[in-house]
Amino acid sequence: MSTMTIKLKIWRQKNSHDPGHFEDYKLDDVNEHMSFLEMLDVLNENLIKEGTDPVEFDYDCREGICGSCNLVINGRAHGPKHMTAVCQLHMREYNNGDTIVIEPPRAAAFPVIKDLVVDRSAFDRIIEAGGYVSVKTGAAPEANLIPVPQDTSNIAFDYATCIGCGACVAACPNSSASLFTGAKIAHLNSLPQGQPERDKRTIAMVNQMEKEGFGDCSNFAECEAVCPVGISIASIAEMRKDYVKAIF
Amino acid sequence: MPSFTEALQSQVGRKILTGLTGIFLVLFIIFHLGGNLAILGEPDAMNRYSMFLHDMGPLLWIARIGLLAVFVIHAWLGISIWLRKRKARPNNYAVYSSKGGPSKQGLSSRSMAFTGVVLLIFVIFHINTFALGETQTVMIDGQETHDIKSLVIDTFENSALYAFGYAFVMLLLGTHLGHGIWSAFTSLTLSNKKASAVVYTIGVLLAIVLAVGFLFIPLYIYFGGGCDAALINCN
Repeated sequence: MSTMTIKLKIWRQKNSHDPGHFEDYKLDDVNEHMSFLEMLDVLNENLIKEGTDPVEFDYDCREGICGSCNLVINGRAHGPKHMTAVCQLHMREYNNGDTIVIEPPRAAAFPVIKDLVVDRSAFDRIIEAGGYVSVKTGAAPEANLIPVPQDTSNIAFDYATCIGCGACVAACPNSSASLFTGAKIAHLNSLPQGQPERDKRTIAMVNQMEKEGFGDCSNFAECEAVCPVGISIASIAEMRKDYVKAIF
Repeated sequence: MPSFTEALQSQVGRKILTGLTGIFLVLFIIFHLGGNLAILGEPDAMNRYSMFLHDMGPLLWIARIGLLAVFVIHAWLGISIWLRKRKARPNNYAVYSSKGGPSKQGLSSRSMAFTGVVLLIFVIFHINTFALGETQTVMIDGQETHDIKSLVIDTFENSALYAFGYAFVMLLLGTHLGHGIWSAFTSLTLSNKKASAVVYTIGVLLAIVLAVGFLFIPLYIYFGGGCDAALINCN
């Protein structure tokens, strides 16, 4: 098992009012089997022992399904690998002596709370605007009561895999949230259960996306490249189609 | 439900309008290139084409105003998207790079605002030089008409600035269209992966053909010596 020395350049910011700055750290004995977040855990242990503030970063499940982690590593959301969240990234991707620059996602709609943690409640508000299907609560209905063709189910599931991490916004040169919003709209609008609120949902979510201060989509497709679950930009086309249908 | 005009101002509406106006402008420049290449045809082909356009009378004015409106809308949308992008990311990354793969980030897509603004400024000079420029008159079929061909040849033959300046801007046009053509169709909801790949390839090829077609004429006139050039027949 080989160990390495890694130099880190990490964005430190006390709060949303602080202008923030980079701080340099050096970490010896980094194990190649460590996940990227475990490497940051080790750094934080050291910082706590030294009596300094640990680096705040978001994480939860550490297995790529919760969408909490969202670091921008050497200028790429979730690091160098495709279809990988930061928590699934391992230090074996790096070499002894590498310098790694870690920044929070940068978007006006995602204000920094502290260090690498940003406030992503703008996404919650987009979901609140229409990313749901209204049903009467009560006993769960029979699963096969509404037949869903397998193809439709597959498409809906592909879009439903969006974990809402915000990498699409982080990587988009325009800070657009079109991939996230498109995936959520395309997911619900492709299912029979989503039909009654289809038009209302599409308009409301598109409007909310704009209200939150996300930029326009310029079809860079960088969002698809960084998406840890590989959501296709076809979802953005679906959103546009449904928007046009809702207007006419 | 938003009204039609509100919908046009939404992020989706703006994008669709940018795509529609973009495709219209591409169609226009294909015709424009056709007109330019008439300079290589019969001695009076270009002036005949010019005469044909002028004989359209009010129709020509409708086309001109329509074209201007489309151009202004396209430019305005592009500039406003760029302005919003600056607002949406007030603090830039210290390090930023594309992840490759399906990403369409590159020189062409990242320079859309720059190439677009250069083209906007270029068009103003271009109209001033050729559409509003003073021309001699020439007789065709007993009718007096503008000698646009001589104006084009005189302009490019005698000025390296014009010849190279035009050629350079046409390279920028090709760069703009390299991303622009595919992007326009994508904005108009093209989503099928295979179709998208085909449109991207066609878009890049068309961008190259248009850029080369446009930049060839000024350079050929400059280096070929105007009416002395082998492919240009002045008499």
